Amino acid sequence: MPNQDNSGIMIYAQITNENYIHTVFYELLDKAHELSQKLGNVEISAVIFAPESKLEEYKESFRNMGVNRVYYFDNPKLENYSSIYYSKLLQELVKEVKPEILLIGATTQGRDLAPRVSAGLHTGLTADCINLDINEKGQLAATRPTFGGQLMATILCKNYPQMATVRPNVFKVHSVNYETNTEFIKKDTSIIENLYNPVEIKEFKKTTQTLINDLDNAEIIVAGGMGLKNEKGFELLKEFADKIGGSVGATRPAVESGLAPHSIQIGQTGKTVRPKVYIACGISGAIQHTVGMENSEYIIAINNDADAPIFDIADCGIVGDVFEILPEYMKN
Amino acid sequence: MFKIALCVKQVPDTTDIKWTENNTIQREGVESVINPYDIYGCEFALKIKEQLNDTEITVFTMGPNQAQDMLKKLIALGCDKGVLISDKKFAGADTYATGKTISSAIKTVLPDFDLIVCGQFAVDGDTAQTGPCIAEFLNIPQVTYVKDFSEIDKKSVTLTRELEDGIETVKTTFPALICVLQDDFEPRRATINGIKHAQNQQIKTCNMEDLNLAPEQVGLKGSPTYVSKAFRNQSAHNAQKFELNLQDSINLLKEKIANAGGKDA
Repeated sequence: MPNQDNSGIMIYAQITNENYIHTVFYELLDKAHELSQKLGNVEISAVIFAPESKLEEYKESFRNMGVNRVYYFDNPKLENYSSIYYSKLLQELVKEVKPEILLIGATTQGRDLAPRVSAGLHTGLTADCINLDINEKGQLAATRPTFGGQLMATILCKNYPQMATVRPNVFKVHSVNYETNTEFIKKDTSIIENLYNPVEIKEFKKTTQTLINDLDNAEIIVAGGMGLKNEKGFELLKEFADKIGGSVGATRPAVESGLAPHSIQIGQTGKTVRPKVYIACGISGAIQHTVGMENSEYIIAINNDADAPIFDIADCGIVGDVFEILPEYMKN
Repeated sequence: MFKIALCVKQVPDTTDIKWTENNTIQREGVESVINPYDIYGCEFALKIKEQLNDTEITVFTMGPNQAQDMLKKLIALGCDKGVLISDKKFAGADTYATGKTISSAIKTVLPDFDLIVCGQFAVDGDTAQTGPCIAEFLNIPQVTYVKDFSEIDKKSVTLTRELEDGIETVKTTFPALICVLQDDFEPRRATINGIKHAQNQQIKTCNMEDLNLAPEQVGLKGSPTYVSKAFRNQSAHNAQKFELNLQDSINLLKEKIANAGGKDA
């Protein structure tokens, strides 16, 4: 039940392997400003796990962002992500700062960390939200797809902090300059000295894709489904994407039948994308797929089945055969 | 003996959802299936059993009585025991309360477990939360997004994780919990002997009292989150559809791609 002790919004700022703050943080921060306003301008804080030696660089990343406080943990044991250390320290910080809302990006790291933190704090967590709002009672109303994306559910939380994760590319960043004085506060990490962490990272190999793709930043995405039939279909798609300057994506069935790698899967169990144009080729339009792409600015669908559900969500639906249209397009 | 607790879930077949006139999901007559990711979890546990002598797999599921059939199917595939965690009071549990209940069942039935295996996601809720919640409640390490294992002995395992930007190799000692992603292999099928063997196996059932839990700790009451409303997803796109000849289709496509700033248009 509402507990007046809790106030403010805390956001976890993930540091990537390349030592910058993951972009999903800025997306969450943008939304946090909106929520903060609705709550009567409550404090916004961020948490980073970063060594003091790098702090000056990160200070730059937080400049004019409207973050009131940044809490940071510095300890050699925290150099690599560890669910045991990170979740314990985050839990302790939340108990001390008592935010009413805790937001975490739904990256693989965030999805590993957030449930552990919520269980330890005996509070609720709503995963992969597509919208966050404040209801008339001042509670966080977190909306997420469920049942394979076929149903949207708005979920409330009885305990504090109210926790939510949101995937990258779901919220837009509006560039606003805040003249906020950001205070950096170092937090004690001695509690982890007594914790046993048996998980040891042996190796990390960065993925080098043959299908060179940056779906997160692509302005044009050309995606294929089972209508592409075989690997040849995906080669055709890749050729077409190269021609128009797009990146290639795929549906879950196409990935599961081995036509495309998991890393380019778009949809509920894959990536969420929001390009300027999304060209769906041979995709029927199962909701499990469309939840991951319906925020695209403009959707073009090509499918030879005039009744395919993809046409219900396309701005421009072309009834036709991908294997005729794409080669002919590239010819002239 | 090396003891594995395999956690599985029965889910409605989400590829076959029908809507009522009020835009709610029609729940009657919807088939229940094993969560596809849990099939890979099962396969993962069975692969360990093949490599590590003297391994026993106990399958845990929380759900109604009918879930016994799923447990028997998994025993037919080579799992050893089934535990059904079932009580009307468990209904409406969110991931926190589910994690609490399943971790209590593991503590009660298999306190000396070495490894807990879960699927990375369930396709109905797709929260990926229950596994890490169980790990936190049991105070053990977790490794999520696991694709495969290489070396394993009774003390430790080397695992590969598929992350968004690469492949990570980690080693952990036991006890530990892992969440398994789908893999490229074809899951095995049950043999006739396996099916016969499974028919004669008793499924252990646990209710709330057996787990020493109180009504406030389970089900809807024990869940910090609750659904305030559910609604059908509506598209913001305008659904214009064109049935044209090939050349006109290409011209239309060119125009639309050019409007969006695509090259070569």
